[in-house]
Parts: sequence; C-alpha cells; structure tokens
Amino acid sequence: MHMADALISPVVGGTMWVASAGVAAYSIKKIQSDLDQKKIPLMGVMGAFIFAAQMINFTIPATGSSGHLGGGMLLSVLLGPYAGFLTMASILAIQALFFADGGLLAYGCNVFNLGFFTCFIAYPLIYKQIMRRGYTPARMFSAAMLSAVIGLQLGAFGVVLETLFSGKTELPFNTFVLLMQPIHLAIGVVEGLVTAAVIGFVWKARPEIIENASIGKALGSISIKKVMTGLVVVALFTGGILSWFASSHPDGLEWSMFKTAGVEELESSDGIHQTAGEIQEKTAFLPDYNFKAAESEAEPSDSESEEAWPAVSAGTSVSGVVGGTLTLALACLIGLGISIVKRRGKASAA
Amino acid sequence: MAGIIQSLYEIRFLDELSEKRTVIHNIHPLAKLLTTLIYIVAVVSFEKYEVSGLLPLIFYPVIIIGLAEIPLLPILKRLLLVVPFALGIGAFNPVFDHRIVFTAGWFTLTGGWVSFFSIVIKSILTVLAALTVIATTGMNRISFALRLLFVPRVLVLQLLLTYRYISVLMEEVARVLRAYHMRAPLHKGVRYNAWGSLAGNLLIRTFERAQNVYQAMVLRGFTGEYKTGGAPKIIITDLLYLTVWTLFFAAARLFDIPALIGSLVTGVVK
Repeated sequence: MHMADALISPVVGGTMWVASAGVAAYSIKKIQSDLDQKKIPLMGVMGAFIFAAQMINFTIPATGSSGHLGGGMLLSVLLGPYAGFLTMASILAIQALFFADGGLLAYGCNVFNLGFFTCFIAYPLIYKQIMRRGYTPARMFSAAMLSAVIGLQLGAFGVVLETLFSGKTELPFNTFVLLMQPIHLAIGVVEGLVTAAVIGFVWKARPEIIENASIGKALGSISIKKVMTGLVVVALFTGGILSWFASSHPDGLEWSMFKTAGVEELESSDGIHQTAGEIQEKTAFLPDYNFKAAESEAEPSDSESEEAWPAVSAGTSVSGVVGGTLTLALACLIGLGISIVKRRGKASAA
Repeated sequence: MAGIIQSLYEIRFLDELSEKRTVIHNIHPLAKLLTTLIYIVAVVSFEKYEVSGLLPLIFYPVIIIGLAEIPLLPILKRLLLVVPFALGIGAFNPVFDHRIVFTAGWFTLTGGWVSFFSIVIKSILTVLAALTVIATTGMNRISFALRLLFVPRVLVLQLLLTYRYISVLMEEVARVLRAYHMRAPLHKGVRYNAWGSLAGNLLIRTFERAQNVYQAMVLRGFTGEYKTGGAPKIIITDLLYLTVWTLFFAAARLFDIPALIGSLVTGVVK
C-alpha cells in the first residue's frame, strides 16, 4: 500500500510530509529525554531486520497463497511507539530510494499511513489496553490480531483519502473504499497472525525482550491528545497555506468534494497556467498559437462541465502531438549523444 | 528466497553506481537532493489531463542518466516492476471518465485515457528521479545532505544504521530460508507452524547482534555522532546546477513547450 508520487498532488504530499515530520520530531523528543543509548543501534538493526523479514513468504493455512509481514505493529511492541515510528520511517525511506517503492513526495503519506496509525493509534489504544492485565497467550493473540487489523484498516483508509484529495484518479469514494478495505482486511489478518506468532515465540524464549519493551523501557505513556491536537493544527495550517499557493487548481480538494458530496465549488482555471498565459500574451511568442483562447473557451460556463478542460481544439492537439514527438525524439538523441561522447572519451583516454 | 537475493543485488548495484566519479556524482549531495525534490513537485503539480506539457521534463533523467553513466537496462527493469502499482489505480480512469475530448474519424479519445496517460508519464518521471538520485549520490552522502537540512541526528543515524545492516540481515534471512527450504523442499512459503520459530529466532539473534554492535561502537569511541568522512563544500557549480535545473523545470511547468514547438513546426509546414 505504498503510495506513488504519480497519484498525489503537491498539496496533499506537502501536508502529509509536515504531519509526519511533526510526529517524528515529537518521537525524537520523547526518546531523547529518556534515551538509553543502546536504543539507537537496536533501532537500526531492528529496522534492517523488518526490512529483510518483509521478504519472507508466509504460507497462509488452508489457502494456496502466501502473505508478508509489514512490521509496524511488531516494531512498536518491541521498541515502543516512538522508536517504532522512527524505525518504520527509515525503512520506508530506504524502500523509496532504492526500490522506488513509494514515492519521495508521497513519503510523508506512507510514513503516516504505515507508521502513525500502527504506532500511535493501534498500539496504545488497542494492544496496550488488552495487554494491561498481563501476558497470556490468548490475550496476546487477540491484542496482536486486533491492533494489526485496525492499524492496517486505518492506513488503507488514509490511502483512500489522500488519493481522493489529490484528485488524480476518477475512482469514486465508495468504489475505492470497497476496493481497499477488504484487501487490507486480509492483509491485516496475516499481519496479525505473523506478529502474534513472533511475539509468542520470543515471549517463550526470551520474555525479557518483550517485558523490557512494554514496562521498563516503555518510554512513558503516550499523550494521544497532545499528539492529535498538534497534528490537526499543523496539518490545517500547512494544508491551508499550500492550498492557497496552489489556489484554484481544479483537481484536489474541491474536485473530490464535488465528486463525493455532489457539491460543485470549482473555480475556473489553473492559476499557474493563467499566469503563463499572461506572460505569453505579453511576450507574444508565436501569436497564432491558440493557448489563451483555448483556455478561456474551456472555462466552465455551465454546471455540466466538471473541469476546466485545457485546449481541445484540433489545431492545438495536432501541434501538441507533433511537438511531443519532437520533444521525445530530441530527448533520445541527447541521451544517445551523451553516451557516445562518453564512450569516445573513454576510448581515447585508454 | 530469489526475491531476497535479487533485492540484495539491487541495493549493492545502486551502491556501486553511487561510487563512480562523474560530473553528476561530483555535484554536492544537497544540490542533487533539492533538485530531485523540486523536480518531483514540478512533475506532480501538473493537472490531471496534462500530457504534452510533461514531456520536456524527460530531459532531466535522460541527461542525468547519460552524464552519470548509469546503465539504462537495470533502471528500466526496476521501472517496469514499480510503475504497474500506480497504473492499477490509474487504470480506473478510462472506466469512469467517458467524456470525449478528441475525435478523428473512427478514433475517439476520452478524458479517462488522457488522465491515465498523464499518470503513466508522471509515474515514469518520478520513479526515474528517485532512482537516479540514489544511483548518483549514495546513502552516506544523502544522509550528509539531510543533516545539512537540519534533519535530527538521531533520525539520520538510525537511517544509516538500518541501511548498513540491511545487507547483513538479508543475507541471514536468505540463509535461514535456504535451510528451511532444503528441509521442506515442496513448500512454497514458510508453513504456519514454523512462523513463530523462524521469524522469532531471527529476531532474537537480531537483538543480540544489536547489543554486540552497540558494544563495538562504544569501544571504538561512539559518542552519538556518526562520522561519514569528508564533508564536501558547496561550490558555484552546485549552485548553478540547482539554479539551471530549477529554471528549466519552471519553464516546462509554465509553458507547454511541445505545443510551442509543434505550433512552430506545423505553422512552418503550412
């Protein structure tokens, strides 16, 4: 469920970056205040462990298929929510950089969906509550199962909302939810089973590891209220500022509001394009190019039109296709040219 | 099993690429990181029906891949593995958006297809940008750039340690899985009754390893700072790199360059 850059808008990406950075800063403050230095290498090595363990295929009983571990829950059980969140963030960073698994702009979304909901909602509100009265295998099983399932459901719902607010997909809210939640219910059950199996084994073999994490070095109790208030304030603030910059971008919030609630609150055209149109008008470069006319033509005059559809006239389409082809050809030529020059340079040096 | 070995190979491959010395590799990591982020924001900020305007942005990865001598095939392979995930969601656009935006004889183009193509192009460009930045910079130098951006020490240290131990633990997981599959040759994955013991044993060993690592670090004088060696200074070339690319991205974002070229060419042809 790692989100890619292509499906999100800068406003949503930026807002979630700030939200995740806020949670990370709070977590760092918390672990630094009572940090035993051992925790840093432990976090690093555990991150690497989860990274590697995600590649183990676990065969699901009674089905032919197999599932994987996500690790968010396991990390918060073993390291506590703060260190668990930071460890998840670094795993996601490496996945994004080395495997392009989740985008760099979408990184904030991914950290939030996979880290925040597990470490800061599912762990303290479900896992810890169930485990409060001490360890029994049945209690641990239900705690791991419930928290993994709910953590993933929340994460999947986060994906749905972030994607819809970005407005790049035409999927209606209902369809998207129906698509995402059941899949992640199945994934969550596998996650819960694996997490429970691992915690159960470690408890039998080395109970102090689990105990230390949950009592001794539990790193204080979480003030959910504080985190949430801070988050809401920060998210609203940045969301507001970023939306103001992106101003009347037709996709994004308004679009999804319109789609889901049936309320149309669209503004006419893209702010940046409008500015560009003005610049173009001033410079009068290629006067017969009908950019500006097409733009104003496309402004929604009746409630039927959903978007400001840019430049649909046949003339611009043809010139767009010709120009696009030329651009790509030029890009290929440049790429080839560079590699030929490089090779020649090497050959002559040798 | 094969997946782990393959992933390990890919990490090492990118790691080795990042050790090359080319014009691009010599650019300051901070300049490269910022350029990449600006590029991705520029790509993603295009509205959902934009296709032709996005095309000039392909120049950035093409030029970087060329100048940095990054072999094209492995990068394209990774691209093919990753892009379908974004397309899975994008593929619904043609299903839901039937507005006809262009007709020429028997050929009709709906808005859904246009926005789908836009997602395809955006996926390709953003994935290429992420892969090229790591292939030309490497994890250590990216972490150095993150420190310059005031990312807290603990977070950067944690990122570097995770990265450092990924190859160690992946090898260990691969060994454990190989042993398992030799004892259970017909199983595709790990059976339910071994879930806890297999992953749990690995986990316990990981904990012990972390303790050893910590002790070794302390013995070598670890005080909480991870030393990455030389700290490159930002020079005029780096500033130029950042400025020129940013200006290009801005130009590509503001003007529909292919349409301008196209109207110029078709105008001339007329």
